[in-house]
Amino acid sequence: MHKDLNWAIGGEAGDGIDSTGKIFAQALSRAGRHVFTSKDFASRIRGGYTAYKVRTSVDRVESVVDRLDILIALTQRTVDENLDELHEGSVIIYDGERTTMQDLEIPEGMIGLDVPLKSLAEDAGGAIMRNVVALGVACEVASFPIENLDESLEKRFGDKGTAIVDNNKEAARLGQEYVEETYDHAFEYELETTDNDYVLLNGDEAIGMGALAAGCRFYAGYPITPATDVMEYLTGRIERYGGSVIQAEDELSAINLALGAARAGARAMTATSGPGIDLMTETFGLVATTETPLVICDVMRSGPSTGMPTKQEQGDLNQLLYGGHGEVPRFVVAPTTVAECFHKTIEAFNLAEKYQLPVYVTSDLSLAVTEQTFAPEEFDMDEVEIERGNLVEPGDVESWQNDQGQFQPHYPTEDGISPRTLPGTAGGAHMTTGLEHDELGRRTEDTDVRIDQVDKRSRKVETAVEREQWDYREFGDADSDVLLISWGSNEGAIREAMEFLDDDGVSVRFLSCSYMFPRADLSEEIESAEEVIVVECNAGGQFADLLEHDTLSRVDRINKYNGVRFKADELASEIKDVLATGAEVTA
Amino acid sequence: MSSDVRFTDFKSDKQPTWCPGCGDFGTMNGMMKALAETGNDPDNTFIVAGIGCSGKIGTYMHSYALHGVHGRALPVGIGVKAANPELEVMVAGGDGDGYSIGVGHFIHAVRRNMDITYVVMDNRIYGLTKGQFSPTSREDFETSTSPEGPKQAPVNPLALALAAGGTFIAQSFSSDAQRHAEIVKRAVEHDGFGFVNVYSPCVTFNDVDTYDYFRDSLVDLGEDEDHDPTDYDQATEAILDSDAEYQGVIYQDEESASYNEAHGLTENMADIPDGAPEDAMDLVREFY
Repeated sequence: MHKDLNWAIGGEAGDGIDSTGKIFAQALSRAGRHVFTSKDFASRIRGGYTAYKVRTSVDRVESVVDRLDILIALTQRTVDENLDELHEGSVIIYDGERTTMQDLEIPEGMIGLDVPLKSLAEDAGGAIMRNVVALGVACEVASFPIENLDESLEKRFGDKGTAIVDNNKEAARLGQEYVEETYDHAFEYELETTDNDYVLLNGDEAIGMGALAAGCRFYAGYPITPATDVMEYLTGRIERYGGSVIQAEDELSAINLALGAARAGARAMTATSGPGIDLMTETFGLVATTETPLVICDVMRSGPSTGMPTKQEQGDLNQLLYGGHGEVPRFVVAPTTVAECFHKTIEAFNLAEKYQLPVYVTSDLSLAVTEQTFAPEEFDMDEVEIERGNLVEPGDVESWQNDQGQFQPHYPTEDGISPRTLPGTAGGAHMTTGLEHDELGRRTEDTDVRIDQVDKRSRKVETAVEREQWDYREFGDADSDVLLISWGSNEGAIREAMEFLDDDGVSVRFLSCSYMFPRADLSEEIESAEEVIVVECNAGGQFADLLEHDTLSRVDRINKYNGVRFKADELASEIKDVLATGAEVTA
Repeated sequence: MSSDVRFTDFKSDKQPTWCPGCGDFGTMNGMMKALAETGNDPDNTFIVAGIGCSGKIGTYMHSYALHGVHGRALPVGIGVKAANPELEVMVAGGDGDGYSIGVGHFIHAVRRNMDITYVVMDNRIYGLTKGQFSPTSREDFETSTSPEGPKQAPVNPLALALAAGGTFIAQSFSSDAQRHAEIVKRAVEHDGFGFVNVYSPCVTFNDVDTYDYFRDSLVDLGEDEDHDPTDYDQATEAILDSDAEYQGVIYQDEESASYNEAHGLTENMADIPDGAPEDAMDLVREFY
């Protein structure tokens, strides 16, 4: 008997695929089973193939696999799209009374269950419940106690009244009974239940929940796949804590709205995907150079341009690390799991305020659409600490004023972190600007002040490198000669891949990185391994480039950034200095 | 808010680099007077400025302020006000900032009706880049990038605001110091988006829309006893009248709720606890 199951329902967009899949996933989760879901979908409201897939086990599941045991097929295309994943013994549930499904050919070796889903649904009270009939069928095939469906049906339809809930429960049972009575096949699955309580959520929801836990009170965004769930999650919840969501007219506005709220002292966030990041990049430099704490979330999807909006890619790393003209520090954090989406978002808010800069949190489509089970303790709210950095108390404002009583928001402190007053604080009034500015926040082109301010902003990074943990998660055999390195959402797939490798006698060491900048120095780990493989979901190997950059130390540097071009005589002398000392030179 | 605030308290110690005679001096003075006369002080005031000659205003005034990127001043101001409704928020920009690169934000700011004030220094020219036509330039206005005139209709900002559902639409002239300050003051007092288009002549690059031109052509609706700013039809007629330039509060809708009111924004969002909210585990339990 198989205790694990790979299940899917597929049809056309608009067929209720998502909500049906979610009901099944929730039923499994409520029954104390681990669940990992994924979606195949297209960027359209109706029509086109879409599927919701569920892996379930009593053990933790971290990834999708190329295997499908039970498929509810509402269309012929659902079967065609999944031929690679179906195998001998796979069960295909379909409604042969449906005109488009009459000629469905069940591939050899597979089991076709022709169930009159629509007719049975009508018997239970309405054709609309045909997917729920199919869920009842699936319960029977998987030997999964149908009572577990009831709670998730209540959760889904409870607000529509008990009659609707009861009809749905009946529909599921009609499906179950039909298979029981019509087919006398012994199916090979037996899904156990446990007493464990799990919560089931996706990466976007985890980011939203992390934001609320971290005291985020203002969110502005413009809907974009696959980041919209963050905004939808916060809407209706952030208000409970006195916060607000503004749906902006575009991403240019969204980041500026969030910037305004952040200048007023709110913990503010925006979330988007690649095309939105492009627009936000206009204002990104302003956020960074005015030293405004802001969390910007990039839920990556396949690019460039409109790319493949409903497909996975980790292609934005370079954009986040280097995007925007000029040079200004930013932090980039990439959660590696759905749970990490929660924790890293909280951390991002603290980092943003402690170092007064924008922090990118980058997840991706696969995390956004994956619903995964966790023990609720993994989201321990008692552990949450809010660190607001150098926020000046009203009584201390004077100590940060110059001798003319002017507050100095960009005072070049030793650690690079300046004092911050919030509007409304007496004696703290100050301006700041996207122009290079002095310690008062006023425009300057003075070459010395320019250098002071660039260095001050850079010092914040040095301070953060010293004060914070920029570690990674390590898995596998620490002594292995084979080193796998990855970032972001690939962690789960790699961990399960390691089990397959282990079965074949291949042992590896795996470092899963969530800090893109600042990041851990992996030179020693890389040097000591015989084979280093960097795994990432993009064509160019952007993180691999970074690691190669980090381990290359051949060049000396001459830099000039006071606003004046290189002068020949000065440059000749600096080159000689480098040759003489090997030291870096800053003009 | 202290009652003894003088308008000069809003002045910074930085000397403006505007050209001598620039309309922006008068525009800024009126803004400072309006702020002082409505009981605000620099510590509870937030000025947001865009890019261009107008954008320098945050430097010359004393308050909390942000000088942002070109065209995006309004969203910043809205964000500030949403996060802390107790602050007095004034956004300033020019005709390029507000009606060209930022026109999308202008329309949406108007319809959002957040309780802030928007002052546009309209000189019908791009001054800081040394004299190109702007969205409010006349069709035949010759500039370095329009040798025979732009040959396109100028934007009518008041009509845009009216079409977008504006609740306070006014126009003033920077040189008419008293009226200008009065009109901006009424915009500040308006419970919603107070929009004032200020004729603020550029003495260096615009020899058409000059002080003399505005002095001769402006009709002050404030002196017209028949003009009722709450009368939508009267306002529409004045705004669409292409044969005259009007000064005054042209339209005011005091009935519509501001964004703050409609969305129940009353709290200072900067105030948060040291840890997660007390009932935060409920957020987790929702996912059972």
